[in-house]
Amino acid sequence: MPTALPPAASDRAWFPLFAAWTIASISTLGALFLGEVMGLAPCVLCWYQRIFMFPLVLVLGAGLFPADPRAVRYALPLALAGWLVAAYHLLLVSGFVPASLVPCDAGGVSCSEVTVRWLGFITIPLLSVAAFSLILLALVAALPRKHP
Amino acid sequence: MNKKLFVALVALLLVAVFMGATYVYRAEKAQQAVSLAARNRDALVRAHAPTLGPAQAPVHIVEFLDPACETCAAFWPLVKQLMARHPRDVRLSIRYAPLHQGSLDVIRLLEASRLQGRYWETLETLLRTQNAWTEHHTARIERVWPQLGGVGLDLARLKADMASPAIERLIEQDVRDLRALNVSKTPEYFVNGRPLPEFGFDPLVALVQQELQAAGRAR
Repeated sequence: MPTALPPAASDRAWFPLFAAWTIASISTLGALFLGEVMGLAPCVLCWYQRIFMFPLVLVLGAGLFPADPRAVRYALPLALAGWLVAAYHLLLVSGFVPASLVPCDAGGVSCSEVTVRWLGFITIPLLSVAAFSLILLALVAALPRKHP
Repeated sequence: MNKKLFVALVALLLVAVFMGATYVYRAEKAQQAVSLAARNRDALVRAHAPTLGPAQAPVHIVEFLDPACETCAAFWPLVKQLMARHPRDVRLSIRYAPLHQGSLDVIRLLEASRLQGRYWETLETLLRTQNAWTEHHTARIERVWPQLGGVGLDLARLKADMASPAIERLIEQDVRDLRALNVSKTPEYFVNGRPLPEFGFDPLVALVQQELQAAGRAR
């Protein structure tokens, strides 16, 4: 069993890894802008999405140099978990999940309340679902192929 | 190698965009606050507000304060020092921003102490002993009473006065004014009608200095 993957495999994986890293970085800075600059307090669900998004910047960043397609193995669980929380949050603000089920108001910030709506439909949970979806797609594209 | 450079440049670009957006956003907010305060000058300066310092002082600080706010308590000694440095030129008015749970009762108490001529002693005692009567950002009036021993208040009268409709009207006016001025955090300072460009004690000192200079009183 080879300890290092052939150069071709790592070359092919580099760009999708880089794309995923870029999206994670933009999302992280965006979340920090909303929270620290605009002063919007993150609700509990936002915190869980941050918990899964922020480490992606470091894990994927470490996977870029040297190009290491196995970074996907470590990033995928984070991206998947983040996607699930974001999808739940989006369903919640869209009214598909009753808000009474959410243990959110302990910190005083409601998760079901929409604080930002750009262009009439872009909400923070929608951006989060989009970001996690794109990261997942990029990670799948970077998955190492089985050698024949 | 050039991949490393490329990623470094992208990272740099992202951070630069973040910092640029932060700068633009803050500048815009500060500008909005300035014009909001200018348009609502009436809401800022009310005759009913407790005021310290000479009436003719050229620099007037209006502080929106919540007695249960930790930062307000931390800033109080600094503000007193600032006033002591300019005893003839700086005046301070207190407006209320009851943003913490339970602070309405404490504000009623403060205003009732004013009727006994012991407002500033009471305010100082409340802020100094704040830890003893707040818990998880909630003010507990029942824990305030034991702190007031040294102030020399007539507690029976104080409790009766706290129900006064005049005090209720004053608080309601302050709450209307803080909404008009979009005060959402405490302490919030306005110096001669201008909000702080950014939060902090140094920006407050700088703004006071500017106004002193404008009035020809700077040293």
